[in-house]
Amino acid sequence: MSNIPSDLRYTKSHEWVRPAHGEVPDGAVEIGITDHAQSALGDLVFVEVPQAGRAVKAGEASAVVESVKAASDVYSPVSGNVIAGNGALATQPELVNQDPYGSGWLFRVQTNAPIDAAALMNAAEYANYVAEEAK
Amino acid sequence: MAFIPHTSDDIARMLEVIGVRSIDELFDEIPRELRAGALGVPPAMSEMEIARLLSERAASDGRSLNFIGAGAYEHHIPAPVWAIATRGEFYSAYTPYQAEASQGTLQLIYEFQSMICALTGMEVSNASLYDGASALAEACLMAVRANRAASSRRILVPRAVNPTYAQVARSIAGHQGIAFETVDFDRAAGRTLLESLQPYGGQDITALVIQQPNFFGSLEEVDRLTDWAHENKILLIAVVNPTSLALLKAPGQWGAGIDGIHGADIVCGEGQPLGVPLAAGGPYFGFMATRMQYVRQMPGRIVGRTVDAEGRPGFSLTLQAREQHIRRSKATSNICTNQGLMVTAATIYMSLLGAAGLERVAAASLQRTADLVAALCKVAGVKPAFNAPRFHEAVLILDRPVAPVLAALARRGIFGGLDLADRYPELGHALLVCATETKLQADIDSYAGALTDIMNPSRVAA
Repeated sequence: MSNIPSDLRYTKSHEWVRPAHGEVPDGAVEIGITDHAQSALGDLVFVEVPQAGRAVKAGEASAVVESVKAASDVYSPVSGNVIAGNGALATQPELVNQDPYGSGWLFRVQTNAPIDAAALMNAAEYANYVAEEAK
Repeated sequence: MAFIPHTSDDIARMLEVIGVRSIDELFDEIPRELRAGALGVPPAMSEMEIARLLSERAASDGRSLNFIGAGAYEHHIPAPVWAIATRGEFYSAYTPYQAEASQGTLQLIYEFQSMICALTGMEVSNASLYDGASALAEACLMAVRANRAASSRRILVPRAVNPTYAQVARSIAGHQGIAFETVDFDRAAGRTLLESLQPYGGQDITALVIQQPNFFGSLEEVDRLTDWAHENKILLIAVVNPTSLALLKAPGQWGAGIDGIHGADIVCGEGQPLGVPLAAGGPYFGFMATRMQYVRQMPGRIVGRTVDAEGRPGFSLTLQAREQHIRRSKATSNICTNQGLMVTAATIYMSLLGAAGLERVAAASLQRTADLVAALCKVAGVKPAFNAPRFHEAVLILDRPVAPVLAALARRGIFGGLDLADRYPELGHALLVCATETKLQADIDSYAGALTDIMNPSRVAA
């Protein structure tokens, strides 16, 4: 069973969102891929994150994660301006595998509209969703 | 043995099932006047008869002297090139589907990539593309992905770039949201002026294409143009002739450098001069190289060198997540072919000639073209169009329309060059000529003599 922290929100395309709070600078939201997603992809060999300043829309392909067997787009769950991409992933893509909810974060977005909470799942809902998908 | 898969009984049964009386009836939809009619194919001949017929037909073409370049170049191809390339071990046009099972093929491609990197001064090359023109189209698409500083998808294409390449790039990339903007050339020098680019300075531009030598054979001021592009956060796509790189500065060295960035960003071109014979419609091959930072945006297959589980060296396809069998519609290209057999010949050609041999080919071609231009410009009514330094092609201006002159030369077995009237009407009666190392002084004299004869018959009589 994969790790699904209770303080995050999730998408059907297996991204997580950490809502703005003190741990993330400037009140931005932080975005990454879930433990389930990194496990399904296998060892990542390359991660492409968006550059600061880029405007993204919810649902827009904003990053790419590449393993030895697949490459997948990562869709931003929220709209706003990217304030940082995780530069450490350029040389250490394995951080996403090792610590998907921590040092393996992908990018941070300053939202310009309230997050549509209804479009995102809480941990219990996401756990059910993953279980359903597996059937 | 008849190579016909269906017997007449098979055919009769199939026709009965679909309810038609004859195969011809299937074509009833096509109006009779549009049909080809009888093809007039003679009865079958024996192998001996057909061999004689074809050698007679081939001989009737005569031994023509070719002075046309314009993107495809006649070079001497040492006999071992195709003797080796057509050995059973190499004679397969594709990277095999179980690529790693064919270590020899992969090693050859790896060596090809290494040679292209050495010629272009770039960090990474792919396993080849379809041809030079489509390589430029792919380079334009790649530039859009690679240039994060630009969002316009505008690409500057000088008119001095091979117009066929520009047309193919428009056909392939023009419908993918890329806008191509034309930049004029300097009438005196026959090259792209920095001044004509400067209006684009500070604008959101994705890439600038520079061909070296350009379509007219003139040498562009690549250092200034490259620095200008990088000052304006524009990627520089170099289209180069591989033979010329034995003499000219490698694109990876172009420019003095802006913010530590120096050299072209993407280099592409036509590989035909490297051991591939002239043929209408090819097959030829394209090549492409780039900086390592853009490798994931590059189309095409890439072979890497690695070690197996026991530490022995080996070769494998690498960075395949760019490719369509993994990334589907988001692949870096969905034209995924490479030209394996042509690349095999080119790799053998480069290996046999070596750096010194290729330099001699380039130097001889440069000298022959200089000799040709000098000889032809002695003919009354012929003058050079441009004053820029050139490699192995040049534009000449005649005092009369070019087409009838070329037709008269062709009747004497001389292909005198390419008439530029359709593509560059503003140049007047312009003729693009080329001489490579294959042309001897006697050949050049023949051309000059025939041209004198055609343009100034009274002088010959006198």
